[in-house]
Amino acid sequence: MRMSTRRLLRGTALIAALALGSTACGGSADGGSDRKQVSAEDIDAALEKGGTLTVWAWEPTLKQVAADFEKAHPAVDVELVNAGTGNDQYKALQNAISAKKGVPDVAQLEYYALGQYALTKGLDDLAPYGADKLADTFTPGPWNAVKSDGNVYALPMDSGPMALFYNKTVFDKHEIEVPTTWDEYLQAARDLHKADPKVYIANDTGDAGATTSLLWQAGSRPYTVDGTEVKIDFSDEGAAKYTEVWQQLLDEKLLAPITSWSDEWYKGLGAGTVATLAIGAWMPANLSSGVKEGSGQWRVAPLPQWTAGERTSAENGGSSLALPALGGNKELAYAFTEYANAGEGVKTRIAAGAFPATTADLRSDAFQNTEFPYFGGQKANKIFAESAANVGTGWSYLPYQVYANSVFNDTVGQAYVSGTKLSGGLRNWQDASVKYGTEQGFTVQK
Amino acid sequence: MTTPATVAGPGRRPRRPSAKRDRRSWTGWGFIGPFVLVFAFVFLAPIAYSIYLSLFRDQLIGGTTFVGLDNYQQALQDEQFWSSLTRVSLFLLVQVPIMLGIALFVALALDSGRLYGRDFFRISVFLPYAVPAVVATLMWGFMYGTHFGLVGDINDALGVSLPNPLSPGLVLASIGNIVTWEFVGYNMLIFYSALRVIPNSLYEAAEMDGAGQIRVITAIKLPAIRGALVIATIFSIIGTFQLFNEPSILQKLAPNAITTSYTPNFYTYSLSFSGQQHNYSATVAIVMGLITMVIAYVVQLRGMHKES
Repeated sequence: MRMSTRRLLRGTALIAALALGSTACGGSADGGSDRKQVSAEDIDAALEKGGTLTVWAWEPTLKQVAADFEKAHPAVDVELVNAGTGNDQYKALQNAISAKKGVPDVAQLEYYALGQYALTKGLDDLAPYGADKLADTFTPGPWNAVKSDGNVYALPMDSGPMALFYNKTVFDKHEIEVPTTWDEYLQAARDLHKADPKVYIANDTGDAGATTSLLWQAGSRPYTVDGTEVKIDFSDEGAAKYTEVWQQLLDEKLLAPITSWSDEWYKGLGAGTVATLAIGAWMPANLSSGVKEGSGQWRVAPLPQWTAGERTSAENGGSSLALPALGGNKELAYAFTEYANAGEGVKTRIAAGAFPATTADLRSDAFQNTEFPYFGGQKANKIFAESAANVGTGWSYLPYQVYANSVFNDTVGQAYVSGTKLSGGLRNWQDASVKYGTEQGFTVQK
Repeated sequence: MTTPATVAGPGRRPRRPSAKRDRRSWTGWGFIGPFVLVFAFVFLAPIAYSIYLSLFRDQLIGGTTFVGLDNYQQALQDEQFWSSLTRVSLFLLVQVPIMLGIALFVALALDSGRLYGRDFFRISVFLPYAVPAVVATLMWGFMYGTHFGLVGDINDALGVSLPNPLSPGLVLASIGNIVTWEFVGYNMLIFYSALRVIPNSLYEAAEMDGAGQIRVITAIKLPAIRGALVIATIFSIIGTFQLFNEPSILQKLAPNAITTSYTPNFYTYSLSFSGQQHNYSATVAIVMGLITMVIAYVVQLRGMHKES
């Protein structure tokens, strides 16, 4: 009886996945019922005809790309809208999709958020436009993140192999070594804060993206997803490694209670009161545009390790451009997406400090030898590229990670402000995620 | 039968009163029609739609299904909902009396006629109400900052360590402070205008009887503005139960102190925009609306009862 129910569920999941695929294709084909290819000529014709294209994205380097694209195709008007960073934009997007009104033609989506939109038929399959032929263009990590069941739901825009950004001036001033393991990092945090009580090694008020990335690096694999069957478990060894170090950082008040991306945060990064950032390789563009006074002070180092001598890394953030199914101007939208993420636009974005997801660019000498004036002439891309090659395998996000992340501060965040321990917070997060998943019709195991 | 010729003149056919009554009733509808139309469209329709929504459940896997009253059952057992309701109830019991007390005090002071620069004082107390709640909260949020805000500056300048107004234990009081700042002026104006219409003869009579200022307040002014007090209280109850702007903006500054279910309204917002649980969100909103109505009604009944 039990077995048959499970088999039935699995069958349903398969059918659901197939239906999802065919619907996504149906959405992109104009009138045709089967997967209809959109030829390069169709796209060229659309570019010739022109129109207004609405793009929702917060990635700063896209501004120049949009301007270049308009110059190359004078009939096309690209309207670049910053509808908020991350979760704020997802709320706005989901809102627009629910209302079936005001949906952008192109939307920036982080890899962790793609699953949710793909699952709810919110995105077009890009394979009919020729995206399926781009497999070799992109690095495997991001490429795997945008495709599922033969459908390509987005084109990778950047990737976020992690590195440790640190303020060299601060470390030099207090004669503290740049940490290579997280234990050293903890010690450096103590030393820095002791040397100058205004200085914190990092800021943290509970950030789901940062925490999941560090868990990823520590070898934890809390989410197992197989269609609609989901398993959530934060009690593995990797999670224990993470909570051990981070609990001490919290207990000894070594983390600045400043929320990332707030005004205070930018000020702290510029003033040297927030001394490091363990974050994705897309950060340089944000540093040079948001923390101008920090120019020349910051450097990049490999991410500290959980076990000395290892070289494991993880992805942090990284996003793609997708075509919401309810958006319009499909051909134009795809043309812009391809231009920005696989074509001319990539070079423009690299020049502005973005970290590409395209293999050729990552491997090119020009890229690897780029000197960053912001980092005092350091060839930071070498460190990022090595990190990209050492990303731990087998990680997956929940198909409803956007929701899970939205309740991160309700659960794990309590460890930052009350007597709750991090491990307990993670357990509460797990419970909340299990509850939501079950309510939404997933088969969730703990 | 009804050809144009037969309707030659009104009142010429007294034996058909029913037709007359018909015409009369339609005239009435003609007058209230525009109102009814707008009322139905902007008031009844959204409520009806919310009730309709609350009877369904939409899942990521499985789509939309009719679930009857299941959502209501879930809401009544929802810990997050009840804890948010408890929180705003506590807010109601502490903040509303303080705010109305200050407003009343200011109104009486203005009305006493002994205040120098009365008009300036009145406008400056009222001014915060003219500041949009979002702006007011942002402004206070910056002042509350322990790093770069006013609190941080005071700490630095005086070498003290003030408690963080945005910590979980204090953030409700900090919100109360913002709301008080915003609405004292508004309530003051309600009280003040009620005080202005008290006939002067009552004061003259009191003076002749040798009553002091305190006696005038307790025996004349307060009883005379009881209606205004009841109205202000009801407005405040409704406003408290609908608390949303302040927590939602401060959450950016204090993400761990203000949970996604901090107040009932914020909870419904989170449910529908982060969790896509529109149906359940509608249910919680309806339950909350009913609770607000009941409490406001009880307060009104009590207020009226005392008056009579």
